[in-house]
Amino acid sequence: MSILVNRETRLVVQGITGREGTFHTRQAVAYGTRVVAGVTPGKGGTTVDGIPVFNTVGEAAARTGANASVIFVPPPFAADAILEAADAGIPLVVCITEGIPTLDMVRVQAFLQGGKTRLIGPNCPGIITPGECKIGIMPGSIHTPGPVGVVSRSGTLTYEAVAQLTSRGIGQSTCIGIGGDPIIGTQFVDALDLFGKDPATRGIVLIGEIGGTAEEEAARFIRENVKAPVVAFIAGRTAPPGKRMGHAGAIISGGRGTAGEKVEALRAAGIRVVDSPGSIGEAMAEALASRPA
Amino acid sequence: MKIHEYQAKNLLKKFSVSVPRGEVCFNPQEAAAVAGRLGPPPYVLKAQVHAGGRGKGGGIKVARSLPEVERLAREMIGMTLVTPQTGPEGKVVRRLLVEEGLEIARELYLGVVVDRAVGMPAVMASAEGGVEIEEVARRSPEKILRSHVRPGFGFRPFQARNLAYGLGLGEVGDKAAKLMLALVRAFEEMDASLAEINPLVVTRKGEILALDAKINFDDNALFRHPEIRELRDVEEEEPLEVEASRHSLNYIKLHGNVGCMVNGAGLAMATMDLIQLAGGAPANFLDVGGGATVEQVTSAFRILLSDGSVRAVLINIFGGIMRCDVVAQGVVEAARQMGAKAPMVVRLEGTNVEEGRRILRDSGLNFTVADGMADAARKVVALAKEAK
Repeated sequence: MSILVNRETRLVVQGITGREGTFHTRQAVAYGTRVVAGVTPGKGGTTVDGIPVFNTVGEAAARTGANASVIFVPPPFAADAILEAADAGIPLVVCITEGIPTLDMVRVQAFLQGGKTRLIGPNCPGIITPGECKIGIMPGSIHTPGPVGVVSRSGTLTYEAVAQLTSRGIGQSTCIGIGGDPIIGTQFVDALDLFGKDPATRGIVLIGEIGGTAEEEAARFIRENVKAPVVAFIAGRTAPPGKRMGHAGAIISGGRGTAGEKVEALRAAGIRVVDSPGSIGEAMAEALASRPA
Repeated sequence: MKIHEYQAKNLLKKFSVSVPRGEVCFNPQEAAAVAGRLGPPPYVLKAQVHAGGRGKGGGIKVARSLPEVERLAREMIGMTLVTPQTGPEGKVVRRLLVEEGLEIARELYLGVVVDRAVGMPAVMASAEGGVEIEEVARRSPEKILRSHVRPGFGFRPFQARNLAYGLGLGEVGDKAAKLMLALVRAFEEMDASLAEINPLVVTRKGEILALDAKINFDDNALFRHPEIRELRDVEEEEPLEVEASRHSLNYIKLHGNVGCMVNGAGLAMATMDLIQLAGGAPANFLDVGGGATVEQVTSAFRILLSDGSVRAVLINIFGGIMRCDVVAQGVVEAARQMGAKAPMVVRLEGTNVEEGRRILRDSGLNFTVADGMADAARKVVALAKEAK
């Protein structure tokens, strides 16, 4: 099993005719993802590698039964693209776009509240259920099916952790990059909740970073709700305060959001926090071995 | 993006937030002329640098006559101001704000910031002004009043009144509420990430105005505010960081001697952490982007090596979809162009990794190929120590 995406997922690509959109559509199709439609306003009626392109998400969903969307739309238009997908009733929207204005996301968040659409991202690598469905920009080849769920605020650092797991013969149930922005759709706790309810997920890797309080909330949630062993790493122990470390959300402001506080909160909740990102795979292997399924 | 106090005050004025009368100046003669136009003394001279805590470092002075304005301005312009926020190297003062002196009855705090936990802006107010709000938050969180700016609903007059009267502003409560509404409007219309008035003051005459002002802008929204982008003062920024931003690279200068080049922000932070764990100190944060191109790798390398304190370099690229042989070619090309002398440790992972490693080994340059992140960090720290 897995969470959120699987073989049945029918994907529509918003921004399919752009450079990134086309490239990653091809990668997804090669991986086995069922890409059923693309959307680019004004290019309705054309095709990309045989995939029909529509002018609106509503039309794409009605004609193809798409039930997930991935967004490769430039930042000024990306918030609107998310709203369009949600309005069309798409239950899962994955926004890859980096650089969306924060106040645009404030409005998106308000619109999504209480609705039926789950947003992943923005500014994220996407979501993959190995061997079944890849939505996003992660390299498919490093993943392998198995029992570990991975949830992370980062992109390449997630690939690093996944590669470590795979090289030790530990596969993944689903890997989610929740994104590096200050306002994101799916939080650690949402992903942890889903992993906790997935019988196939027997261990969880959580990769956090400086900024905000999402890791502290995750620690509380894990202590109360998650039975599977969790291995965590927090990036940014050496980050100086007040500087945005690449991700818009990775900033220590007013002395809050430091790696130290997060590590402490996670450890206090009984979570195994590794000091070196090179030890994530090893720690997960130990955790799984000490708690057989 | 950060701007100067005087720029923030000029912007706030447009939104009807009252600020003290004053003007920016660049030399002592101008300072005296500005003071002359303001009327009778006292005058306040404020160093304009992108850092707080200026008062403690001698960046804010009061003058009681025009000659004193000129004398103090001469001392301040060109001085290196060190405050708790500038770091030990300090910042050179190039601009002064000369303002009218006011008789202050009360100092308060007012700020607007995006509250990440609830996903909307929050207005924070406290009767304790002039001190750092984080300090108040730690010591006595009950002294901070909060109200949220709900999307579609906004920040309403009653919310502003609740804050104003909650601060005990009594007679000037109405004026304070108006100022709060104006500040929130400014925050939203300009896509700020922080708008802070600390202190907000009530004068003996019963006026309420922004004695200080700090506005940071959301970099991601600058595309729709060209007039705000114009306010950027690159002299306040680290030159290498300015150069990096021209190539869409995220570079932050730090104080160690191990240069690092990594693709992806999370991996870049993790790499810095590993260097420290191995007993070294990173010279920088450098994210060449999740899908780094050869051009980006080349310009990143140039910026990295322009930092004189770099003794050894760690390149950590998780290729992913990008091919490692292409990355290796870029690295070799850049190192040749730069005539790089510092030893370099390279850790590559991803597609075509064997070919990538071969290119590095056969280049004849000073590359050490590492196996995994931890190994790379250990090797580069050892090399940096030898190179000292």
